[in-house]
Amino acid sequence: MIGTSELRLDGNAIGGLLLELFGAELTAAPCVCGSCGAREEMARLDVYLGAGIVVRCRHCEGVMLRIVQGHGQTWLDLSGVGSLELSSQ
Amino acid sequence: MIVSRGFRGRRRDGPPDRVPPGQYLTDDFPVLSAGPTPHTPLQEWTFTIHGVDEPKGWTWEELQALPSETVTVDIHCVTRWSKLDTVWEGVSVDTLLEAVEHDAPYALAFCDGGYTTNVPVEDLTGGKAWVAYNYGGEPLDPEHGGPARLLVPHLYFWKSAKWVRGLTLRDEDEPGFWETNGYHLRGDPWLEQRYWGD
Amino acid sequence: MTWLAADVAASREETPRVRTLELDVPDWPGHRAGQHLDVRLTAEDGYQAERSYSIASAPGDGVTLTVERLDDGEVSPYLVDEAREGDRVEVRGPIGGYFVWDGDEPEPVLLVGGGSGVVPLAAMARQRARVGSTAPMKLLRSSRTIEEVIYREELDALAGGGFEVVHTLTRSQPPGWTGYSRRIDRELLAEVAWPASESPRVYVCGSTRFVDAAADGLLQAGYDARWIRTERFGATG
Repeated sequence: MIGTSELRLDGNAIGGLLLELFGAELTAAPCVCGSCGAREEMARLDVYLGAGIVVRCRHCEGVMLRIVQGHGQTWLDLSGVGSLELSSQ
Repeated sequence: MIVSRGFRGRRRDGPPDRVPPGQYLTDDFPVLSAGPTPHTPLQEWTFTIHGVDEPKGWTWEELQALPSETVTVDIHCVTRWSKLDTVWEGVSVDTLLEAVEHDAPYALAFCDGGYTTNVPVEDLTGGKAWVAYNYGGEPLDPEHGGPARLLVPHLYFWKSAKWVRGLTLRDEDEPGFWETNGYHLRGDPWLEQRYWGD
Repeated sequence: MTWLAADVAASREETPRVRTLELDVPDWPGHRAGQHLDVRLTAEDGYQAERSYSIASAPGDGVTLTVERLDDGEVSPYLVDEAREGDRVEVRGPIGGYFVWDGDEPEPVLLVGGGSGVVPLAAMARQRARVGSTAPMKLLRSSRTIEEVIYREELDALAGGGFEVVHTLTRSQPPGWTGYSRRIDRELLAEVAWPASESPRVYVCGSTRFVDAAADGLLQAGYDARWIRTERFGATG
């Protein structure tokens, strides 16, 4: 039986999706958790695959991103992200 | 469209009267989750109905003491897998709602870990929904929602909330965890109500 | 859009469940060691499936993938068992700016890979050889049996000049085996890893369970969490 902990991935797993949505590499982008203020690169966040994609803070488990894809569109909830640092390059 | 020669995927079609449009059959039971598996000790576990004049709660022992049913149902996940003839045991939501005075049209299921999902009361009553604690004759595994999950098999399976701890009855439909972010408010697989606007 | 056509130029078996595919991607923009790409397959009726695979080749050496067949896989059975020269797939990438090593970093490097988690780490080892980096690099790799060690001859042959390979075989070992024969744990890491005083860079790749165990073991060995970069493949090996 596969435990849910083994199904937990990290932000590397959504790198392609984020590349498509933002046109930028984001796995190295620091994100600040809106719930606890912890700052980690996207690659270090916990990614869960449910009915949609859930990205959680690895410190407080707060939901940072929620992503649903269907009908050729993407619903992206970023309300759990306090801030996102994007490279200017 | 670039087609890869010889690719079909793992999907299996099933009888159209059993498998809703856009769904494929699976033999295993995929585990999908929106977060880490909670582990509430049974002695602390309760199921509560809120949103009524007199909220009603049951401890684990009290839930187990209620009349239960064993049902065989088909389940359909919005991620496109369907599993036929799954066997569950649990308490009918009708039994639970009979313990409170209510006339609310909507309910919001709430769970350990913070997950929520909204379901019209009409879809929870009339023998259509259970608080299920056994699957396949065994206690429900934590990865599949144990100790107890909501089971509403006639709607997409994201409505069958894992680790359910209660229902809040409401006059208005309040979208839950996924319904606020693209998934359909009701989720009828036979009408293919997957996303907003379906 | 972001999807590029990719043709299978060559393929070879690495182990009974693992295959390497060399792809011809005319519009490939180049990549860094450690990055991955997404592969998309489309069936004749329009059904699509996508999965991510680490790039095995070093930058400048084309686009090569090494794929392990998962029993209940959607894409890997096609890539390992069906795809042949001339077949076409789509790829998106390169992806990743965190789990990368370019070869100009001076710190000692510890690579820890479980099963097919060795793929992006091999790209880093190949990059080291390509650019002539003198940064000391150690690859600690866990496999079930000797037959399942991916790239065994190639990587063992790269040893020397500051690159070292340490194996552990967790399920069975050949006669006369003197290497480690258990799952990576804190003691094993303490014996193999660079001392914490060297402030090494660490890359750990494999299943979630493997990565979490290795990262925890390194933290217990005194490593700073910031030195450890991880990439999880989920419930697979």
